[in-house]
Amino acid sequence: MGAEASVASALPPELLTRLYGILAQVADPEIPVLSVLDLGVIRHLALRPGGQLEVGVAPTYSGCPASAVIKADVVRALATAGFDAVAVDVLAPAWSSDWLSEAGRRKLEAFGIAPPAGRACASARDDGPAACPRCGSQRTTKVSEFGSTPCKAHYRCDACLEPFDYFKCI
Amino acid sequence: MTPEVRYVLRLADTNLVLAQRLGEWVGHAPALEEDLGLANLSLDLLGQARLLLARAGELEGLGRGEDQLAYLREESEYFNLTLVEQPNGDFGDTVVRQFLFDAWQLGLYEALVASGDAALAAIAAKGAREAAYHLRYSGGWLVRLGDGTAESHARVAASLARLWPYTNELFHDDDVDRAAAAAGIGVLPSALAPPWSVRVDQTLAHATLARPAHSSFVWYGKQGRHSEHLGYLLAEMQSLHRAHPGASW
Repeated sequence: MGAEASVASALPPELLTRLYGILAQVADPEIPVLSVLDLGVIRHLALRPGGQLEVGVAPTYSGCPASAVIKADVVRALATAGFDAVAVDVLAPAWSSDWLSEAGRRKLEAFGIAPPAGRACASARDDGPAACPRCGSQRTTKVSEFGSTPCKAHYRCDACLEPFDYFKCI
Repeated sequence: MTPEVRYVLRLADTNLVLAQRLGEWVGHAPALEEDLGLANLSLDLLGQARLLLARAGELEGLGRGEDQLAYLREESEYFNLTLVEQPNGDFGDTVVRQFLFDAWQLGLYEALVASGDAALAAIAAKGAREAAYHLRYSGGWLVRLGDGTAESHARVAASLARLWPYTNELFHDDDVDRAAAAAGIGVLPSALAPPWSVRVDQTLAHATLARPAHSSFVWYGKQGRHSEHLGYLLAEMQSLHRAHPGASW
């Protein structure tokens, strides 16, 4: 995998723009408001000697069940556009919620999921959402460290009393 | 089997067996939140186990992939730590087992980031973030139960006393550990004891729990000598694959 990636060559800018346009339409299967680009999981695009397009994809969590679906969706979207593509895992450097794009953070909030509050938080410190994504109150209570997917925690707003998901800082 | 392969298999098996144990909680946890929480811990550990098994298979070079290693090895060919094969017990037992493990795994991954094996270092860098989160969960529950009611305190103190002796194995160096460390791939287990003690003592203090007295008991699950519990776990985990060889989703 690594060896093949290292001999792959870079792509011309026009082609890259077109590929990024296709990838911008590939949604995260668990948080469909985010594209795989917003999520920050696309690590490289390169051409293999045989002409095959290689897409490096970083798994979010080691055991995230969506990882396989994301790779399949990326390959399918590129195939639909006429590209013979293959998706490979990129483990290092490890994915971090810091890689969420600014647009992605705004989309999350509009969707009702509080975006990660901090940056580069690999420590076990107890981070939490900046505000309730519905009413904006800063008074929130953690219900559980784990929400509906591995990447989210479960919170409740103490002002509007609504439950909401928090995209964990990791 | 070289010490390097065996060392990576120890890490892989420890993760896989604990992931399977945690999976037993699905549908049975005391609350929906904890059902999700324990399932998520299991998923992370399983994901790491798959990467580690795949790496062990590559290093071994005999063409064994993750499925073959997970489903077609007997009990004595499993090299997991004995702590993680202990039964779930009640929620307090599971929290204590998880806490003792998470504190160890976080220190392990923090050290393995410097491994000379690039794949192992990458798995460790990713795993360290997850382990830190797991420790926050299990440590948080240990504090709530230890510093909770008289009932929860007494029960979790009993869990701690019961599971504590199994932690000796976590820090016991043997020939495989020494060879893997000398090769620059692994970390000496004994080197992980000081940071583990600091983390554990800190949380035990918050949880108003006393650190159990040292025991000389050492089990050798990582050498393939297991407690009575592993065989049953493997029988359940491997039954489908053994009944339908090569079956896949």
